[in-house]
Amino acid sequence: RRSTTRMSDQMAATFNQRTLDTAALEDLEDILIMADLGTDVATKVCANLAADKFDKTVTDLEIKVALAETISDIMTPLETPFVLGLARPQVILFVGVNGSGKTTTLGKIAKRFGDQGQKVLICAADTFRAAAVEQLTVWGERAGAPVMSGKPGADAASLVYDAMNRARDEDYDILMIDTAGRLQNRTELMDELAKIIRVIEKTDPSAPHHSVLVLDATVGQNALLQVEAFKQTANVSGLIMTKLDGTAKGGVLVALSDKYKLPIHFIGIGEGIDDLETFSAPVFAAALSGVADAVSRK
Amino acid sequence: MFEALGDRLTGVFDTLTGRGALSERDVDAAMREIRKALLEADVALPVVKDFVAKVRTETVGEKVIRAVKPGQQVVKIVNDALIQMLGGTLSDDDADMAAVRKSAELNLNAKPPVVILMAGLQGSGKTTTTGKLALFLKDRAKKKVMLASLDTNRPAAMEQLGMLAEKSGAGFLPIIKDQSPTEITTRALKEAAKGGYDVLFLDTAGRTTINEELMADVIAVARIAKPTETLLVADALTGQDAVETARRFNDALPLTGLVLTRIDGDGRGGAALSMKAVTGLPIKFLGTGEKLDGLEAFDAERLAGRILGQGDVVALVEKA
Ligand SMILES: Nc1nc2c(ncn2[C@@H]2O[C@H](COP(=O)(O)OP(=O)(O)OP(=O)(O)O)[C@@H](O)[C@H]2O)c(=O)[nH]1
Ligand SMILES: Nc1nc2c(ncn2[C@@H]2O[C@H](COP(=O)(O)OP(=O)(O)OP(=O)(O)O)[C@@H](O)[C@H]2O)c(=O)[nH]1
Ligand SMILES: [Mg+2]
Ligand SMILES: [Mg+2]
Repeated sequence: RRSTTRMSDQMAATFNQRTLDTAALEDLEDILIMADLGTDVATKVCANLAADKFDKTVTDLEIKVALAETISDIMTPLETPFVLGLARPQVILFVGVNGSGKTTTLGKIAKRFGDQGQKVLICAADTFRAAAVEQLTVWGERAGAPVMSGKPGADAASLVYDAMNRARDEDYDILMIDTAGRLQNRTELMDELAKIIRVIEKTDPSAPHHSVLVLDATVGQNALLQVEAFKQTANVSGLIMTKLDGTAKGGVLVALSDKYKLPIHFIGIGEGIDDLETFSAPVFAAALSGVADAVSRK
Repeated sequence: MFEALGDRLTGVFDTLTGRGALSERDVDAAMREIRKALLEADVALPVVKDFVAKVRTETVGEKVIRAVKPGQQVVKIVNDALIQMLGGTLSDDDADMAAVRKSAELNLNAKPPVVILMAGLQGSGKTTTTGKLALFLKDRAKKKVMLASLDTNRPAAMEQLGMLAEKSGAGFLPIIKDQSPTEITTRALKEAAKGGYDVLFLDTAGRTTINEELMADVIAVARIAKPTETLLVADALTGQDAVETARRFNDALPLTGLVLTRIDGDGRGGAALSMKAVTGLPIKFLGTGEKLDGLEAFDAERLAGRILGQGDVVALVEKA
């Protein structure tokens, strides 16, 4: 697991054979903080570890395994495959802050559904950013799905309205809607998103069937505010974290899991169309805690 | 959710008012609050540790002990230290203030076309910032600016920059398919010179620092282009990874400055401090929106207040 090697190296350096005392726990807490878990969750995870291991002599691997277990326990209930419901068309909405990876991730998932024989329509509801439509059009071609777009600056909600009707009239299985990036504290932009959702609900009260918040792995504690706001406006039903192929470890996902308990569907591990993995709590936990590296080195 | 440092410290010091002297325990408690506030603001842990050590020495001094409201006094110490670490100055001296302003300016002191190379992680805001800076130089400095996209990776990246060139009134290097970033660089240098441009922006593809192939690409571009400015464009919402990313880009490229984008968000922006601390580079600009006028000159005082979750720290302390 490339993304977490450094954390595991730090673990190895810190815990060779030592007593799990207060100093050791502090070191461990530091490592978790450096992975963006945030101080509260890092403290909590350490406290859980201390509960049954305090003052025992432990090895590097033992502590990694215990840490992985603690993190995995928090996240396993949230490990949720991306499953389509029965209603047709299934409406899947992608939301998130600017540059988090919405468009790319939508393209990757469209390809998966296309490969499964689903008939997919893509709606380019980012009518704002320069060349957003052109970018999504390339992804549509790669995934083999048509892309519906409007004029630059057009009203995103009315485009979504047209897409909803077309998806229904032309018997699409899935309608995937890409939205413009927006920071959650920009009220006027969040209102625009609320309007898009109202239009979707009006056409099909059961939609959107999935409202996916796309998060960048490099993000820090602001992710908590992002989830809070997008949950409120877009009724987020699940999370995807991108860019876990870089040096960032995405530890804030643990904090989010602890607080919001939202399903986690996928992780993004590159810019290619296949660089998407189903989220697995034990794998993520093993990577974050360094167990994965310790085992593969043996 | 995120409590301002002032409020945290008021709690710690409340019991102290009237007692006069700070014990070792009081200072420890204050330092813990400072550490937590900075971590919640996403300042990287190693930077937090250095910072707290520095502030502790000042806090055990006379001033705080005598202060009527030691909490506010400590906030001021922290605030001043932050301003200095962010590259600002506490001095009112004209020469000092001018020096600070100058460090945040773009250096265009070279034979035209002056080359400015833009680098950073995927989605950090490089292309948008390129458009913003083009508009800024054209309007404020009356420069003739050309934009060239070396992003052969992201779908429609070149079209995106082309549209921003049009919007900002800058020239744009025509797209020729299947050229490599270094080939485009050579062509851009030639065309910018031929067209009599003052400034040439090279917008690169986003890359993670552990992608050796892509890092080698941008290093090769820098070698050919010999940029006068190489700006690392980073997201102000970045967490602890800021240190690693800044260090790795700084090791690979001749960086001259930092740009923090999405400062219009409600993130605390601690990444700015982390990146400044590990690279020593000046923060030159802040991105304040998606539009091309969403650009601000860097202001250390404002950012310090933001990291601490305090509006106007000076006013607060005067009240104290
Ligand atoms: N390394 C890496 N890059 C990614 C990943 N996912 C997306 N990216 C890159 O991140 C950048 C931004 O991705 P987009 O899909 O355009 O993000 P967006 O959220 O649609 O952006 P806006 O629409 O501008 O808000 C692009 O350069 C993508 O190639 C990933 O998992 N790993
Ligand atoms: N709110 C806000 N959005 C910004 C700012 N700067 C850039 N953006 C947005 O961030 C997203 C990504 O910006 P780009 O300029 O495409 O980023 P990039 O670094 O060129 O991305 P890649 O080329 O894919 O690596 C877009 O949606 C921009 O509109 C800013 O200061 N504030
Ligand atoms: Mg997009
Ligand atoms: Mg770009």
